[in-house]
Amino acid sequence: MSIVRTENLVHEYERRDEEGNIEGVTTAVDHVSLDVKEGSFIAILGHNGSGKSTLAKHINAILSPKEGTVWVDGLDTAKEENLWEVRQRAGMVFQNPDNQIIGQVVEEDVGFGPENMGVPTKEIWERVEESLRAVGMYEYRKYSPNKLSGGQKQRVSIAGVLAMHPKVIVFDEPTAMLDPGGRKEVIRAARGLNQVEGVTIILITHYMEEIVHADQVFVMDHGKIAMQGTPREIFSQMERLKDLRLDVPQVTLLAYELQQAGVPLPDGILTRKELVDALISPRIDSLP
Amino acid sequence: MPITIEHLTHTYGEDTTLAVKALDDITLTIPDGQFVGIIGHTGSGKSTLVQHLNGLLKGSSGHIIFDGQDIYAKDYSLKELRRKVGLVFQYPEHQLFEIDVFSDVCFGPKNLGLSEAEIKERATAALEAVSMPKELYNQSPFDLSGGQKRRAAIAGVLAMNPKVLILDEPTAGLDPQGRQEILDLIKKLQTESKMTILLVSHSMEDVAEYVDRILVMNHGRVAFDGTPKEVFAHYKELEEMGLACPQVTYVMHDLKERGLPVDVSATTVEEAKQSILHALSLA
Amino acid sequence: MLKDITIGQYYQAQSLIHRLDPRVKIGGTLLYVITLFFYKNFIGYGLAILFLALVIRLSKVPFKFMVKGMKSILFLLMITVLFNLFLTPGTPVVTFWKLKITQEGTELAVSMALRLSLLVIGSSLMTLTTTPNNLTDGMEKMMGFLKIFKVPVHEVAMMMSIALRFIPILMEETDKIMKAQMARGADFESGNLIARAKAMVPLLVPLFVSAFRRANDLAMAMEARCYRGGEGRTKMKPLKYHKRDFLAYFLLLFFVVASIWAGRLKLPMLMVGVA
Repeated sequence: MSIVRTENLVHEYERRDEEGNIEGVTTAVDHVSLDVKEGSFIAILGHNGSGKSTLAKHINAILSPKEGTVWVDGLDTAKEENLWEVRQRAGMVFQNPDNQIIGQVVEEDVGFGPENMGVPTKEIWERVEESLRAVGMYEYRKYSPNKLSGGQKQRVSIAGVLAMHPKVIVFDEPTAMLDPGGRKEVIRAARGLNQVEGVTIILITHYMEEIVHADQVFVMDHGKIAMQGTPREIFSQMERLKDLRLDVPQVTLLAYELQQAGVPLPDGILTRKELVDALISPRIDSLP
Repeated sequence: MPITIEHLTHTYGEDTTLAVKALDDITLTIPDGQFVGIIGHTGSGKSTLVQHLNGLLKGSSGHIIFDGQDIYAKDYSLKELRRKVGLVFQYPEHQLFEIDVFSDVCFGPKNLGLSEAEIKERATAALEAVSMPKELYNQSPFDLSGGQKRRAAIAGVLAMNPKVLILDEPTAGLDPQGRQEILDLIKKLQTESKMTILLVSHSMEDVAEYVDRILVMNHGRVAFDGTPKEVFAHYKELEEMGLACPQVTYVMHDLKERGLPVDVSATTVEEAKQSILHALSLA
Repeated sequence: MLKDITIGQYYQAQSLIHRLDPRVKIGGTLLYVITLFFYKNFIGYGLAILFLALVIRLSKVPFKFMVKGMKSILFLLMITVLFNLFLTPGTPVVTFWKLKITQEGTELAVSMALRLSLLVIGSSLMTLTTTPNNLTDGMEKMMGFLKIFKVPVHEVAMMMSIALRFIPILMEETDKIMKAQMARGADFESGNLIARAKAMVPLLVPLFVSAFRRANDLAMAMEARCYRGGEGRTKMKPLKYHKRDFLAYFLLLFFVVASIWAGRLKLPMLMVGVA
């Protein structure tokens, strides 16, 4: 079943000069149609300015389609009466860990969403506890967010979304401002939610290592979907990715370079184990 | 202009019970023209260390000798030091403030009290060094793209004509091509303008690719100091500190373990490729 | 470091006063401050001091924290005392050169000094024992009746609590931008007033830009989490009165009545002086 579906979605920004007259129009999302299956882990790649964040904001009804339609769990996001329902079912985690935490105490921040939804007090507490446990931040429930690391703050944000019991969570470059440790924490939490809780994940990023485990990858360029497929299918098109201003994990690059030098390796190697296994396998016993 | 650090210690909250040693007895020398990478997890003291080198922070004890002079001496001019040692902070675009890109880059030279003509000359040279397109000079810095903003901010520091350039995670938050552009720019500054470069980074792959020497910071101390090959040979210890090696290093170790006679000290894709091809041809 | 500065200076402790409902503390402080203006004699002030001492004792906050609050108003306090001491006409007690200290002046000076000190200590006790969050919650609830007059009580409270959350972040940011501009040769410390004001531009512009960006991000994040104002909202930590709160209200009432009574006693401010 599809949980998020867009059909010919168009979003335009108006550029204005100093007097506020319209100078021109930038098409950030250009006739995008995509279909996300419930329970899947989707990655959306693209360089800065490719339109991926604008697309994300449509899923949460922060933006409304100029043309085309977006359905979240069957609800049309353009309909005013669906607004809150859409935002509850499709949660969103943003890039900057500091600018999305509202509460002054971790648990109060996680409770913010349910409070807005009018959930009874007793149930808020239950939701806060289970959400914080799901991201491994329960021990920090009484902390001030200012005392946490970047990765921990992002996990609190994830818990804050999770407490609203969404069906899908959109991650808009959640790791861009984090160090490698923090990045791992966040990706691990996202994968956990996908596998354990069955939440559909849409991850927007430009770190290629993070999408290796995705079920499906969309690559955006100039507001359009330029490539789509499994990570393996995407990563085997090295030249195409370079054209789209993206790079691949070092392991994939090494495999590609070896392949170019004549070593018979399969296409689109993603992990260190795959590369090592392929190189050790008896088929390659001598250099051609 | 070599930099020598002698027994530098920095303690936060010195006379309280919560005193934390951010830097703990650091001694090292950075010769002219070297490209040094500084790695360490968040809170390891790497940002604190680089802020000492241009006098923004003062050590609790120890000395820093820049070009033969102790920067903590009474009559030493910190303003002069900041002219020679440029520091590009993390997310440097947050310091942009002028009405257009050109004026913003002029801010540094203006503070040095140079003549109008010289200020313009320097700003132009700095903007050219970061390959800023001419038509953007008169744009508001706030209208640029992320990568352009970053380069405008770096130009603002380059316009001071520093001999030493320190960059604190200059590629954070950029997309792959933006990262590549910044790293290539830094390499060019080292090779062509003969600057000494200190690069604070989280990316082991970048560090392995570009630098001559790596300093690994851990708990306010220098844990390892050497060439990328020497440092990444300690890949087990690095892992214990919460750091990782370049991915290829792991591949090489795995291959060796599985019986392929490869060179485990390879740290870049090119080195790894050559070593694997060589090993396969022997087999 | 800048980010360690706390606003309102909450002092973490487990005490009866800490546990009281914020409404009791806000109301109590208000009443206490009003009673300070009833007193015209030493019995009244003695009563207030006694009451405050009791509350401080119960709060487990070390007295030196209250004194810290006093430091900031020391200058104001001295001016008030001196003015009243020397410029009040009346029966002279001591005269030297052209200055004379009068009986009335002394009484006024002493009562002003007491009033001011008791006011500052009393109200700082409230902020020391109540988290900023609790404080805004309490105010929101107490001001609730203003909603009838279309005052956006919930919005104001939300704004206050967001401001409290972002003050440390913006402090840290200020520190960082300052350093970054200093690395480009900026000088924030020397020069005359105009030069210094001009030197603030490279600091203030980026700070404003950043504050607006954060505000924008935060607004989006709040909307994404279904925030739509105070209507239909439930509370994770609703305010509820306990037995101790009613007891506190009762004691307060008793104190106010006693204060009114003390204020009406025809007694001098000072025991000494001209009888």
